[in-house]
Amino acid sequence: MLTVDIKKKLGTFALEVAFETGGDITALLGASGCGKSMTLRCIAGIEKPDSGRIVLNGRVLYDSEKKINLTPQKRKVGYLFQHYSLFPNMTAAQNIALGAASHGKVRRRAAVAAMISSMRLGGLEKRRPDELSGGQKQRVALARILVSEPDALLLDEPFSALDDYLKWQLELELSDILKRFGGTTVFVSHSREEVYRLAERVCVLTDGKSERARDVRGLFAAPETLSACLISGCKNFSRARSLGNCEIEAVDWGVTLRVPAPPPDDIEYAGVRAHYIRPAAEPGENTIECAVSRVIDDIFATVVMLDAGTGTEYSLIRMELPKGDWAALGSPERILVSIDAGDIMPLRGS
Amino acid sequence: MNLFPLTNSLRVALIATAVTFFTGLAVSYYVRNAPRLVRGALDVILTLPLVLPPTVIGFFLLKLLGPRAPVGRFFDGTFGVRLVMRWYSAIFASVVVAFPLMYRTSRGAFQAFDNDLRAAGQTLGLSNTYIFWRITLPNCKQGIVAGTILAFARALGEYGATSMVAGFTANKTATISTTVYHLWQTGDDAHAYMWVAVNVAISCVVLVALNYFESRAKRV
Repeated sequence: MLTVDIKKKLGTFALEVAFETGGDITALLGASGCGKSMTLRCIAGIEKPDSGRIVLNGRVLYDSEKKINLTPQKRKVGYLFQHYSLFPNMTAAQNIALGAASHGKVRRRAAVAAMISSMRLGGLEKRRPDELSGGQKQRVALARILVSEPDALLLDEPFSALDDYLKWQLELELSDILKRFGGTTVFVSHSREEVYRLAERVCVLTDGKSERARDVRGLFAAPETLSACLISGCKNFSRARSLGNCEIEAVDWGVTLRVPAPPPDDIEYAGVRAHYIRPAAEPGENTIECAVSRVIDDIFATVVMLDAGTGTEYSLIRMELPKGDWAALGSPERILVSIDAGDIMPLRGS
Repeated sequence: MNLFPLTNSLRVALIATAVTFFTGLAVSYYVRNAPRLVRGALDVILTLPLVLPPTVIGFFLLKLLGPRAPVGRFFDGTFGVRLVMRWYSAIFASVVVAFPLMYRTSRGAFQAFDNDLRAAGQTLGLSNTYIFWRITLPNCKQGIVAGTILAFARALGEYGATSMVAGFTANKTATISTTVYHLWQTGDDAHAYMWVAVNVAISCVVLVALNYFESRAKRV
């Protein structure tokens, strides 16, 4: 179990991250430059926070008040770098053996051999990093980390250095490896899909600030804040205020919407995913009349940009329909759309 | 033919290169991530010998190491060792003049070094000493080798400061460069030509070695 609560100032950027993991896979999800990697580096001891506390399985790695700051060597935290950081002057086998440098000679040889076979690196032992493919490099880097028997595993954008096709293959592999590892894993990503598939818990980071870590499924079903909702892939937002009694006013869409449960008092926005917006036959509850402003043909869907006509920043609504559905409607200039009450996500500002 | 100038030059240049190698590495490794102000100041001071006339360097060295100067008097008084006008005096001059070349090239190599490699070693539990010698240095090899070769070439070619600090005494402090000057002054062109040829030959070998390492660096 890992507890992180740190602050660090970097010029005008302020990192303020607090989260807790179980013995599971926790993702730090955020746009690039939001401080995800810096957080991992602080956990590993490569960077020093200005203040705060990091505790791993009861071991204090960093505590600014008690003036504890373990060296990276003593933290027993494995770090998979974005570009793997294999030592270019050594072979794959030598790289892996360095991970086991603290073992005795006999144990090291056995551990390295076992790791090479379990990571399917047989035959590649003598290759240098520049003679390995992206996927092989990642396996060597993971082998090197795992053979050092870390208490926690930190993965920095493990798939960003790979092309799309390889990514999927490696994701499946990594998922198996992480299951076998079984310890605390923190994994950094800007891809909500990766996070949804690989992680159990997720902590959203926006401009250096973390939100509370929560169950991944929960975050995607009901993000609580505007930034979490944005990063979860939602495309439609309106400023909103509660009218009491399970009703909210969606200011930018110029309508009153019914929601299934009383919204929080501090609701500031409402979000609706693009594929939950559907053409409606006649006016009724949760319908909005919009002008069609643009139709974009996407790979697997037709994207229709609607204008709710309030003239504000958020008045455009994005609707995604299965291909063919739009053509069947006869390309109208104005359209009535509806949203199911259950698909409306009430959101706090931050 | 008396080969003393050659052996003396090589001896001086080799020792000076060894000294420059270690001090240059240590200093450039420190400067690499020193606070910006310290780095700027050190950079100017440590590079100065590259652009100063050798006579100015010689002047400074004499004012420091000469028999009446603070350091020189201390060594003379305590150990009975004269620091100037001896064969090894040329080493001081060569070190000062060659140092900036070693310092700047190895600093460039250290700065280009991927710090994540160091961090990777640390998170794997490797000691900082091990990381420096087995990961940082080998991966900065090209720059460091180039710096060492340049430093050696410069040390071998040193004349100005050397002639002031070590002077020219045949069979005692004579180096190739001071010998050539001496032979020219005494009108012994035949011998002067010979030493000029020796010097050009050594310099060519050194530069070919430098090119070889640089082209290897590009391939990697």
